[in-house]
Amino acid sequence: MAAELHVELVAADRSVWSGEATLVIARTTSGDIGVMPGHQPLLGVLQSGPVTIKTTDGTTVVAAVHGGFISFADDKLSLLAEIAELADEIDVERAERALERAKAEADAAAERRADVRLMAVTGVR
Amino acid sequence: MGSQLRVYKRRIKSVTATKKITKAMEMISASRIVKAQRKVAASTPYASELTRAVTAVATGSHTKHALTTEVENPARAAVLLVTSDRGLAGGYSSNAIKAADQLTNRLKAEGKDVVTYIVGRKGVAYYGFRERPVVDSWTGFTDSPTYADAKKVAGPLIEAVVTDTAEGGVDELHIVFTEFVSMMTQTPVEKRLLPLSLEATAEESEAVKDKILPLFDFEPSDEGVLDALLPRYVESRIYNALLQAAASEHAARRRAMKSATDNAEDLIKSFTRLANAARQADITQEISEIVGGASALADATAGSDR
Repeated sequence: MAAELHVELVAADRSVWSGEATLVIARTTSGDIGVMPGHQPLLGVLQSGPVTIKTTDGTTVVAAVHGGFISFADDKLSLLAEIAELADEIDVERAERALERAKAEADAAAERRADVRLMAVTGVR
Repeated sequence: MGSQLRVYKRRIKSVTATKKITKAMEMISASRIVKAQRKVAASTPYASELTRAVTAVATGSHTKHALTTEVENPARAAVLLVTSDRGLAGGYSSNAIKAADQLTNRLKAEGKDVVTYIVGRKGVAYYGFRERPVVDSWTGFTDSPTYADAKKVAGPLIEAVVTDTAEGGVDELHIVFTEFVSMMTQTPVEKRLLPLSLEATAEESEAVKDKILPLFDFEPSDEGVLDALLPRYVESRIYNALLQAAASEHAARRRAMKSATDNAEDLIKSFTRLANAARQADITQEISEIVGGASALADATAGSDR
């Protein structure tokens, strides 16, 4: 299959995931966006949300991304995030604890972060 | 008798204890340099991707932004000085402070007000002792800074730049930190972070790969993207500076501790020589006393025989 795009998912302090994919779905400030090979060059602001990457070998990679950018050109997609975690790296119990704590303290940003983490995990399982 | 020898022995013992400590610190620093360097390397993909994105916006649109517009007559400049929290790192902190002083003098000569921001306890102490005003300071993370630390530092700085100069904002932001050139060389450098010259950024990334950038579609809008992108860019620059400074600090400390260990070795060697000489002198004196005593005795008995 010729149509594939190269994805680099980078957090501020490390490179989280990189590989070939057929479809990437991410949430920008103006709504969800799906990028397939051959998409128009794009630069967008990401919102906290799960990012779904369908790889060329048929598996799906899900990551929780908090703030950042999506940039796509020449079939190369980079996802820049201040914080990014792959679904299998996320500690569910910790995220749940964080969610409860955020709810108790009425910290909307923290609640959203924990929520996104859980969404990323449950999306796979 | 032997008091000289005892003094030398005591000095040798104390220098040996010091040497053990400096040797340990040297080895700890050596291991931390590697860790710090790895962190610098790990942050590079993000920084380069971000630079690429900034370049894309810069070339793809002609948006004006508070962080990129040059003020005609800059009246106030902020200087962020990165020093260490702990001492025993040779000239590391004082070199950075000296570079900041030079920059401050130069900016003042250009007729600008200078406000100082400081990272690291050493810089804070230096400015505090001289009662120089510091707008804001951060301490406690120079050993291994995280991205959250960089964000904490960048926040007030970006805010100060965005604020109007008349209302206490600044027109320029300079950063002074110690660049990690190699294990043996770390040089204090000063860079102007803001206003960002997009041309310079573009040149920087074009040097890496010179090809024409495609026409980007901006989501939600080019202003919106720039608004979100530039603070992140500044944060990542500050993060990079903090990481390099941390690596430099460890390298400087390793070198300082290595020379301290070498000096201790030299001291031990010379004290051992002196102690040996003192011991030999004691022995020689004892022998000559015995010989002298024996011959005096012999003379006395020979005299009584006659």
